Amino acid sequence: MSTQTLTARVRPAAATRWSRRAAGVLVFAALIELAARTGLVDRKFLPPATEIVGRAVTLAFDPVFGGHALTSLLAWAIGLGLATLIAVPLGLLLGSVPIVDAATRSVVEFLRPIPSVALIPLVALVIGTGLQLRVTLVVYASLWPILYNTMYGLRGVDPLAKESLRSYGFGAAAVLLRVSLPSSAPFITTGVRLAAGVALILTVSTEIVAGRGEGIGVFIFFAGIAVPARMIDILAGVFWVGLFGVLVNALLVAAERRAFRWHHVRLGEHS
Amino acid sequence: MRTRGMRTTVFRALVLVVLVIAWEGVTRAAGSAFFPPPSTILGRMHAMWFSGPVGTLFLTDAAVGNILPSLGRMFAGFAGGALAGVALGLALGLSARAYDYLDGVLQFLRAIPPPALVTVFLVVFGFGLRMQLAFIVFSIVWPVLLNTADGARSVEPLHLETCRAFRLSRAERLFRVVLPSALPKMFAGLRLALSLSLIVMVFSELLPGTTNGIGFQITDAYSTFDLPAMWAGIVLLGVLGYLFNELFLVVERRVLAWHQAAQGPPG
Amino acid sequence: MLEIDNLSHVYGGGSPNAHHAIEGLNLSVAEGELLCIVGPSGAGKSTLLRSIAGLISPTGGQIRIEGNVVRQTPDNLAVVFQDYSRSLFPWMSVVDNVALPLRRKNMDKRQRREAAHEALESVGLAGAERKYPFQLSGGMQQRVAIARALAYRPALMLMDEPFGSVDAQTREDLEDLVLKVRGHHKMTIVLITHDIDESVYVGDRVVVLSKAPAHVVGDLKVELPTPRDQISTREHPDFVHLRAEVGRLVRGHAAV
Repeated sequence: MSTQTLTARVRPAAATRWSRRAAGVLVFAALIELAARTGLVDRKFLPPATEIVGRAVTLAFDPVFGGHALTSLLAWAIGLGLATLIAVPLGLLLGSVPIVDAATRSVVEFLRPIPSVALIPLVALVIGTGLQLRVTLVVYASLWPILYNTMYGLRGVDPLAKESLRSYGFGAAAVLLRVSLPSSAPFITTGVRLAAGVALILTVSTEIVAGRGEGIGVFIFFAGIAVPARMIDILAGVFWVGLFGVLVNALLVAAERRAFRWHHVRLGEHS
Repeated sequence: MRTRGMRTTVFRALVLVVLVIAWEGVTRAAGSAFFPPPSTILGRMHAMWFSGPVGTLFLTDAAVGNILPSLGRMFAGFAGGALAGVALGLALGLSARAYDYLDGVLQFLRAIPPPALVTVFLVVFGFGLRMQLAFIVFSIVWPVLLNTADGARSVEPLHLETCRAFRLSRAERLFRVVLPSALPKMFAGLRLALSLSLIVMVFSELLPGTTNGIGFQITDAYSTFDLPAMWAGIVLLGVLGYLFNELFLVVERRVLAWHQAAQGPPG
Repeated sequence: MLEIDNLSHVYGGGSPNAHHAIEGLNLSVAEGELLCIVGPSGAGKSTLLRSIAGLISPTGGQIRIEGNVVRQTPDNLAVVFQDYSRSLFPWMSVVDNVALPLRRKNMDKRQRREAAHEALESVGLAGAERKYPFQLSGGMQQRVAIARALAYRPALMLMDEPFGSVDAQTREDLEDLVLKVRGHHKMTIVLITHDIDESVYVGDRVVVLSKAPAHVVGDLKVELPTPRDQISTREHPDFVHLRAEVGRLVRGHAAV
């Protein structure tokens, strides 16, 4: 009789947990509703939850808001896609050729800590404030998590797996493609998931700082600086951005679990 | 081992020197107004911030008036957010049920990109320090909270059973067992929060209505087309980000020495 | 000292896949006795130990220690778990690990340190106080866990397969250590093991449990000469006879 089976806390079933989560969200919304309706918080600052969600639903059918959302989505998707296309091969290169890694390490270490939002004014001056500005900054910022996770994943590749393939006479490229890439794939996916969040932050930041054209950030910001400020529009916009973030994250987590079951089993992260 | 480590360090430093020289050469040859050579950037950094009197540690008025307020805001915001995140995270981690109930709300709040909320704080507090602090605190509290709760939840069951077998009090269990168990994940969250606090601090200073700070200097340089000053701001922020991270790692290594050693040599 | 009356425990009671770990188990242990409990794996040995320690509440029956019914962990009892690597706290030095439970006793910091020091000395770990668990071998870590229990000066020490995770040589050393320390500290020890030789070598008495649902199927007095010795005791005719008997009981075709 192993101690695990005795001491492991009994986790409630997935259905229970989902219903608890839903209950939590409902109570949270109810609290906002109550705070606004009873006048505990000024309605100017916090409208009732029903009104926020109602406004969000109306906005979903509003072509102007749709244009804002689509512009942001485009910048986010192009930026994240490009970042993945650049960072994965770069990570494979840096992670498998030590000399390149050593040579570029100091550059990487120097570039990474620069807070990406500080680059917005400079890049805006150099290339202008259109879609290219947003994409450039999204790419720059979301590069790092993917790059680091790819390199990290490569470090964890079982040397035995590489050697066994090499012993059959496969070359370095085959080893990279057949062993290193698949076994670091879970890490790469994690990197992309983290980068998706970063990309969203940069999309919205750039839109707010550059402050013109279309974009959900622009929509939210103008609602804020309008006189009087339209808090309900701000929060409805935030609602959609937050929901998008949650969905993308959940989707990528589910994809990781499904595609890389072997990985989780191997690591014993079964719960 | 040590000589090898030394050689890598020397090699990397050499590469950096070579790259800076190349950067200098290329920018000089290109002569683009957008890309001033590093010597110009360093010169500007020196003139702008570090050519003051000995009495103020060579800091100029511009440095005292911009860098210090930026750092002050950042650290005040970081401290507030970290404290709140750790306290709430521990409380949440102690009850699996509470965690289940709040998980959805927290995931949502964390998924909101902080800049989207800056307008909320703007409307509530108006431009100024209060809005900036509230914004920084709100931005960084989630990674700390969620990581801490995660850490507190993953306490080894046998450790808890040992606590019960020796009848440790609730306080002892919390501070001597749950808190240390949560430390590794808590530190991961804090490190994320530290770099995030630098980013959101700069972001809050890029907004209209700011009157000082490194971010303000960058926007100021933007409006006067003063590219060396913009670059100076960016380089300064990069250096600060690097230093904070290194400093944090030193602290982390000290606090988590038992953890890293128990995990085996970093490989 | 310890009396167990008609104990039973069911996991997941009510559900179709409920697991009856223990059923109708009776046992009593005398003051100062070293009792070994053996049984096939999955026999509910750990469930029994956790019930005695008050870590789980059995679904039926009663456990009394020194006449008091166990409802939560009694304060004159200490437990040594099998998995030292998970029961010692990795962020505390060896001496802090040993001294921690002593906070429940009326001792100041200096007294706690002294008691911890003494306990470490008695398990042969004097000088390792400042080390951290990960700096010690598995056997040494289990010594720390034993020292932690000893420092607590319990009337009853429960050991759950304490030598299950160490190599053979270390195991013999630790068995002798237990025999040695019980001579110094007057206490009752209940040691759970799946190793038949070990139970006969260490115990004053060996109780054999059946497969789940567990109950007592054998209760043998061990009357081997003391002090015991890893070589001569194990070749003693009584030892050979007893281990065969226990072995038959564990395998379930005993003629009792």
